[in-house]
Amino acid sequence: MTKNRQLLAATLVAATLASMPATGFADSVKIGFVTTLTTPASVIGEDMQNAVNLAVEHLGGKMAGKDIEIIFEDDGFKPEIGKQKTDKLVKKDDVDFVAGFIWSHVLLASSKTVLDSGKFLISSNAGPSHLAGAGCHANFFSTSWQNDQTPMAMGEVLNTQGVKSLYVMAPNYAAGKNMVAGVERTFKGEIVGKDLTKWGKDKQLDFSAELAKAKASGADGLFIFYPGSAGGAFIKQYQQAGLRDSLPLYSVFTVDSLSLPKFQAANIEGVLGSSSTMFWAPDLDNAANHKFVSDFKAKHGRYPSFYAAQSYDTIMLINSALQATGGNLEDQDALRAAMEKANYDSVRGRYSYGNNHLPVQNFYLRKVVADADGNWTTSIVSTIYENHQDTYASECAL
Amino acid sequence: MDWHLLISQMLNGLQLGLLLFLLAAGLTLILGIMDFINLSHGSFYMIGAFFCASLMAITESLIFSIVFAVIGVFAVGALVERFIVRRLYKNDHLDHVLVTFGLILVFDTLAHMIWGSAGRVIPLSDALNGQIEFGGFVIPAYRLLIIVAGLTVAVGLYFLVTRSRLGMLIRAGASNRSMVSALGVNIDRLYLVIFAIGAALAGFAGMLIAPITEASIGMGNEIIIVAFVVVIVGGLGSIKGAFYSAILIGFIDTLGRSYLDDLLKLFISNQSAETAAPALSAMMIYLLMAVVLAFKPQGLFPPGGLNK
Repeated sequence: MTKNRQLLAATLVAATLASMPATGFADSVKIGFVTTLTTPASVIGEDMQNAVNLAVEHLGGKMAGKDIEIIFEDDGFKPEIGKQKTDKLVKKDDVDFVAGFIWSHVLLASSKTVLDSGKFLISSNAGPSHLAGAGCHANFFSTSWQNDQTPMAMGEVLNTQGVKSLYVMAPNYAAGKNMVAGVERTFKGEIVGKDLTKWGKDKQLDFSAELAKAKASGADGLFIFYPGSAGGAFIKQYQQAGLRDSLPLYSVFTVDSLSLPKFQAANIEGVLGSSSTMFWAPDLDNAANHKFVSDFKAKHGRYPSFYAAQSYDTIMLINSALQATGGNLEDQDALRAAMEKANYDSVRGRYSYGNNHLPVQNFYLRKVVADADGNWTTSIVSTIYENHQDTYASECAL
Repeated sequence: MDWHLLISQMLNGLQLGLLLFLLAAGLTLILGIMDFINLSHGSFYMIGAFFCASLMAITESLIFSIVFAVIGVFAVGALVERFIVRRLYKNDHLDHVLVTFGLILVFDTLAHMIWGSAGRVIPLSDALNGQIEFGGFVIPAYRLLIIVAGLTVAVGLYFLVTRSRLGMLIRAGASNRSMVSALGVNIDRLYLVIFAIGAALAGFAGMLIAPITEASIGMGNEIIIVAFVVVIVGGLGSIKGAFYSAILIGFIDTLGRSYLDDLLKLFISNQSAETAAPALSAMMIYLLMAVVLAFKPQGLFPPGGLNK
């Protein structure tokens, strides 16, 4: 009995010692990833989580010889919870990078904690104007875009397609207002009506009143920004209201790989052929994207969304910095200088960073089509902007 | 004034009001008769939507799915009453709130486990996805269906409450609970039936809205707050009050969303009107509730009786 127990103790000690180097402090890079994993918006968060895990897998679980340790946190779609979780990542877990953030208001609430602690903050989606302009920071990077850019590209599309008057709808929060500002900046026609609808956990999903107004306004086109499940609800009601022919739809961040399978299941054919702008599409032609999209599809049975693409790039950007410093996490200046180069194969192709650490990149017009297997997806039609920099960069002192 | 727009907005308001009525009818009975605060009433709304979506995927018949989903939600409601809610009637309201808040979390998590995070769509036939035109009006066919279905249920409920024995007991219970039990009515069974009917009505509302939005986790938690406002404005325990206040609140919400920004633009700059209007229109129903509480604390149509 005692002998057995001694043996057991010895084995335990040996096992602990053996596992020490693997989990040891200095040999891992810790990344905190804040996203939404509850509420219906968790469908976005899970897509990002899948992409991060795929990136880690593609890297063989290591960056410059260090083990990758990712801590996912759920912001519950609320700024105050996002901030709490970020505090925990910074203070308790002492991560090296904080990344993620779907929502602009969550990122704005959480950014100070990270930046004040001297850690790196990488946005995998949200691009509020404040962090791109006056509130820019040496340790803030983005692998997505500034909120205004995509709707600005859409404004150009509207101009070339001869749309003279536009009705605008978006949710009433930081990103919604940025989207509206973006399209207003480049669209040369008249904005005949605008609705900012209630957003957050108790967001408005019935748009009957707004659609009736849009129809009565006699506009040539309808511009919308409804990310996540609200987009699905909107498109269905748009189709049910019979506006497809009289009021063509131009959307940003609404029709994506998350909503299209559902539209297809519900026979919402009104979405086929509809236009949206984006920095990326599943069919963008480069080696990194082919690998990302095909491996993601093999694993999850559908196309990755742009949220996934940006999250995948976030991990690859961090990897490029660690490769450049040989795994040294202490030398912040070297890490920063390496990230500024964006020296990695992004799924959007090569891009560069502006002074405010937001990507200077192309924007494309995409249309909804059925692929070779009959699945609905978005496909690139033309390039709207080449190497486009956001307008707030000039307000950034960096 | 654009009369076409006004009338379409009135129809939209009516549709929202009827959905709120379906939710509030059960809530007001449970609150007024059983004196039970049921925060998890919105969960039945969600469960109804998910049941209907799942049945729809199997049977591909909307009517069939709705009938069986209503029966399913009725059963879930009865089980919740029998095994959880029944133990709580004698406790105070704080216990009701704590337990039913817990139930919300349980139902939301169960829905996440069973149906996943992505939500479920309920596909409609082309006819229902289309529009109906009369007299120069074009309205979505499905929204008309919601109005017809909501009015039918409201009329059915009116006859149930005013013309049937169960309705007599419900009215009696709403005006004087202790007298009903003193007269030898099986209160346990009455409560079980009321609770389950309330759940089924909420579930039916969820099924009606799901083809427009979708069945999603926590969808009921958003609308239940408004349903509580409806109940308070209408008067606790009053089906009639729930009906009128639901329609009133449906109109206020819809018309506020449609006209408030134009109205505000008469007084303040365009930009501040655009920012203020959504906030103010979200607030209007609560302003209404505050006014009603100040002048008629028992609601607009309190049930008649002694103990009110």
